[in-house]
Amino acid sequence: MSRIAARFAQLKAEGRGALIPFLEAWDPDAATSMALLRGMPGAGADLIEIGCPFTDPMADGPTVQLAAKRGLAAGATMAHTLAMVREFRRENDTIPIILMGYLNPILSYGVERFCKDAGICGVDGLIVVDLPSEEADLLVPHATAHAIDVIRLVAPTTDAKRLPLVLDGSSGFVYYVSITGVTGTRTASADELAAAIPLVRKATKLPIAIGFGVRSPAQAAAAVQAADAAVVASALLDTLAGSLDEYGRAGPDTVRLVLDQVRELAEAVRAARLTA
Amino acid sequence: MTGDAPLNKPLSPFPANSLRTGPDARGRFGQFGGRFVAETLMPLVLEVEAAYEAAKADPSFQAELDVYLKDYVGRPSPLWLAQRLTDRLGGAKVYFKRDELNHTGAHKINSCMGQILLAKRMGKTRIIAETGAGQHGVATATVCALFGLPCTVYMGATDVARQAPNVFRMKLLGAEVKPVTSGAATLKDAMNEALRDWVANVSDTFYIIGTVAGPHPYPAMVRDFQSVIGNEAKAQLHAVEGRLPDIAVACIGGGSNAMGLFHPFLDDPSVRLIGVEAAGHGLDSGQHAASLSRGRPGVLHGNRTYLLQDDDGQITEAHSISAGLDYPGIGPEHSWLHDIKRVEYVSATDTEALNAFQLCCRTEGIIPALEPAHAIAHVAKIAPTMAKDAIILMNLCGRGDKDIFTVAEALGVTL
Repeated sequence: MSRIAARFAQLKAEGRGALIPFLEAWDPDAATSMALLRGMPGAGADLIEIGCPFTDPMADGPTVQLAAKRGLAAGATMAHTLAMVREFRRENDTIPIILMGYLNPILSYGVERFCKDAGICGVDGLIVVDLPSEEADLLVPHATAHAIDVIRLVAPTTDAKRLPLVLDGSSGFVYYVSITGVTGTRTASADELAAAIPLVRKATKLPIAIGFGVRSPAQAAAAVQAADAAVVASALLDTLAGSLDEYGRAGPDTVRLVLDQVRELAEAVRAARLTA
Repeated sequence: MTGDAPLNKPLSPFPANSLRTGPDARGRFGQFGGRFVAETLMPLVLEVEAAYEAAKADPSFQAELDVYLKDYVGRPSPLWLAQRLTDRLGGAKVYFKRDELNHTGAHKINSCMGQILLAKRMGKTRIIAETGAGQHGVATATVCALFGLPCTVYMGATDVARQAPNVFRMKLLGAEVKPVTSGAATLKDAMNEALRDWVANVSDTFYIIGTVAGPHPYPAMVRDFQSVIGNEAKAQLHAVEGRLPDIAVACIGGGSNAMGLFHPFLDDPSVRLIGVEAAGHGLDSGQHAASLSRGRPGVLHGNRTYLLQDDDGQITEAHSISAGLDYPGIGPEHSWLHDIKRVEYVSATDTEALNAFQLCCRTEGIIPALEPAHAIAHVAKIAPTMAKDAIILMNLCGRGDKDIFTVAEALGVTL
């Protein structure tokens, strides 16, 4: 069983949802992002999403754009991102790691070689934002060959007729983009989620994570009540950005502040189903 | 010949080996093109495709477009024998297709008119666009004013600064101009921001893309609307010379004016087609916009095409004195035509374009935009090597009023 499937099976047995915090590789530098990655399991992360910096992140709002820019300025490459995962796996072989990014750096690396190296380094899933189902055949066979899940995005614009196509060949979990908009801009209401998630649920047996616009502990709790997991990115990146000095360098409290926030989110996620 | 068509012959108006039948059902020209957008946008892209296919099949759509192109845009644009330039160069006859005489001063309005009629057909009530030099932004703002639709134009902050007259034109026309400060604050970043706007306003907004790039069906749709250039020029040249040109030349940023000129000639093998990229400070300077000469295939802005990128697949910044050519990618059909070698792609530097700009002003009394000045620069290289009865057809795709400040600065003149 894959790490992702094992983790969701375990959470199901515990009767609770998952928290998936996000960090951008090498934001604002290699050591700080590595410290965040290492600290996240202890702070209550159930799965971890790592953003791969790209110059043209067209689905991202200003917060994630700036994180990518900081990562690139620090010198991040796809090889560096994979190396982070490999190093993390030396001490943690259970927590699932999902890479989220855009297609061009993967194409540039070579799709087949990238999937092979990602598998060796211990990557469990890939979210490639600008690779819709219509084009996914260029990635899925290679990812599957190296036991990596290709996690599909489902959006509010994805209607019931299109859902089977979008979910065809998907594995791991389904990522529900809860708003029409870029990351970190607005938040879906509980009513919107209550209307949308059952439609997705009907179309798949995979766990469903909610992302885009999940910021506070209360919103994370609402997400795991409506679905199976909450992805929190921009809120954590805002905290990180706020802790940097005037030159954009990590401050003495950067790692602690972000991990404290992960802890608060995790507590809310863990309490959500118990109080529901 | 009468009777049944032979079974082994296609009934299509084009021969089976036509180069004009692309893209395929997935929006691909060979390995290029496609639809690389986030899932949120995918249903919208499919909606545009379905609406465009329906419009193409509806004669009333083309009839309506024709009326606007004739009476509002001012088509057909003239074909002009540039006699003094021809004499100066001392070789082939040079004909200009005068698309700079269109309303708004460039070819961009050909496609804007088609796209806004489509947007109206789809019931969309808000228009967005990206712009580099501002020509596409002005053309979009113009058709939005004509049809009374609100318009938001994304423009890189760098371009806002160097194209101030066009920014003011757009505002006069009632458009909202949003400066984009992300990335290098030029055309590619403006396109990212327009795509982000579209994702956030899915129900009421139509995105009028300015070039033959973006997700399918945009490269094919913009090409179809721009093909009026080549179709007219072909008929006009036939009327005066009774034959095809030997060479057709156009400048290339994203490549819409070139695609519009070339497409009607793709199946005429005697016609050499030459696209001129912007070499900026030189192809080996690292500061240019020559995606085909110095880029490699990748995915950006919804399509697979040649891109300027580093070893890690990060998109690098383009440079050209011409803001309209300052784009690190190129339309996917050009990438395909490059790979199958149907079109030759060459380049001209900033300096060569500046010299050609002045040459055109003084020999023909036409101030060209810096974009087609790159095409003129190449014409100036090849015409002298050709026979006097040879014919070069060049698309003069924009006028240079917008560029006089840039040119003055480059020539060390204070206005």
